[in-house]
Amino acid sequence: MKARPIRLTGLTLRRGGRDAVRDLTGTFAPGSLTAIAGPNGAGKSTLLQALCGLLPVAGGQIDRGGLAASDFALLPQDGRLDRSFPISCRDVAALGWAGRLGLFRRIGAPEYAAVDRALDAVGLSGLGQRPIGELSAGQFQRVLFARTIVRDAPVILLDEPFSAVDAATEADLMDVVRRWHREGRIVAVVLHDLDLIRAAFPEVLLLGTGAPVWGPTPEVLTPRTARDARLRARFPDPAALAAETMDPAARAAETMEAAA
Amino acid sequence: MGFMRRALAGCLALSVAAPPLGVFLVARRMSLMSDVLQHGVLPGIALGAAVGGLSVWAMGLGGIVAGLIVALLAGWLARRTGGGEDSQLAGLYLLALAAGVALVSAQRGVDLTHLLFGSVLAVDDAALLAMAGAATLTLPVLAAIWRPLVMESLDPGPRGGVWHGCFLALVVICVVAGFAALGTLMSVGLMMLPAIAARHWAGSLSGQTGLAVALAIAASALGLLISFNVEIPAGPAIVLTAGGFWVVSLILGPRGGLARGAR
Repeated sequence: MKARPIRLTGLTLRRGGRDAVRDLTGTFAPGSLTAIAGPNGAGKSTLLQALCGLLPVAGGQIDRGGLAASDFALLPQDGRLDRSFPISCRDVAALGWAGRLGLFRRIGAPEYAAVDRALDAVGLSGLGQRPIGELSAGQFQRVLFARTIVRDAPVILLDEPFSAVDAATEADLMDVVRRWHREGRIVAVVLHDLDLIRAAFPEVLLLGTGAPVWGPTPEVLTPRTARDARLRARFPDPAALAAETMDPAARAAETMEAAA
Repeated sequence: MGFMRRALAGCLALSVAAPPLGVFLVARRMSLMSDVLQHGVLPGIALGAAVGGLSVWAMGLGGIVAGLIVALLAGWLARRTGGGEDSQLAGLYLLALAAGVALVSAQRGVDLTHLLFGSVLAVDDAALLAMAGAATLTLPVLAAIWRPLVMESLDPGPRGGVWHGCFLALVVICVVAGFAALGTLMSVGLMMLPAIAARHWAGSLSGQTGLAVALAIAASALGLLISFNVEIPAGPAIVLTAGGFWVVSLILGPRGGLARGAR
């Protein structure tokens, strides 16, 4: 994967009549592994969709470094997919081929061999024929990872991939993420788990806590920004948050707590 | 006996083309959309008859245009009112049905019962050609858009609109093509009931599609036989037969069947 960096310059994205992302500047370096964190409504999913070309840019620009929007593989948030649709695990994973095969070319034996390897890699060996409606949330997420493996895209974007899975599944799927990282792909993952971000993600982009902060994880996730992120997650209403952060007493209490 | 043979040939053609569309409608939980379309085509058929006389082509063209307009309107309403708002769809089809019946009643020489419930005697060469033509068009187009349609069904996104539009157009064409033999109100039955029944037996899309086609063929043949011997209209006879398959599947089917205990 010899990708050039993906540069965002003064990027502003609008959703539902308001700015979801405002004036974001930064770079996804080739081979970078970035966590995108921030409270709900901070524009994390919006950013991923814009990177994939699913959402128009309201201001600034996205320089995809010579890649097409279709080179960006997005694994959307769990709730958006229809799990009652009558289709097997193997066929969902095989849809990872669709972009390259077009409408009419057959998904043949070599393609299905790659699909089965991907199912092995996510720990679903032998479950290929099972309809997705019969899977647990964790197993379904494994199928979607297998589909993303099959897509073999230079840029991989995951939107809260671990929000509905157990610890074992998270560990297995993090292995897949690390493998993508080793293969030199650009990987960005929306996450809420600050401990996981500190442990496994070299870069972090923090949205929705004032101006966006983007950089190496130890520099960005200071105790102060982490406190901010937690606070904002607890007070999603901006007015309540302002009251909380502006209250001198609360602030003094925080300072004392930090000093202690 | 010539007219029975024509009706059988036409219904068999539709039995191959329409049930796969029904499987998608059921899988996407869009069963109500078939209601909307079947009622939506009626005003168009009536207008077609008013303008072009009682020819299958004039009525069929009117029906297709009206069906497409209603499909677009339903899609637009769903977007404007936030997706799962099915009361808007109910409003739309009630309005279309009333408008259609009013338009038909205002004309002389159009038999409302035949229009709504079908008549094998109405299956002339033109009607047979329409049914066979609709099937001939539907199968390759559906095959071509199958993969994007599956992807769009799984993960509805802004990119899938074109395929979804093609799909709804095929549904409209098949509903309209069946109206001479089955009637506008019954022609959706051949599309939906075998698909709903097949869901109780097969877990995969291709399995459901194959079974739905087989059930539709059986329902067409049996229904026409019943219609001929008992002298009830062809539409209800075929739909009652298909409905019988569904009831049996609902009770005995291994997937969500009542006898095996609902999962």
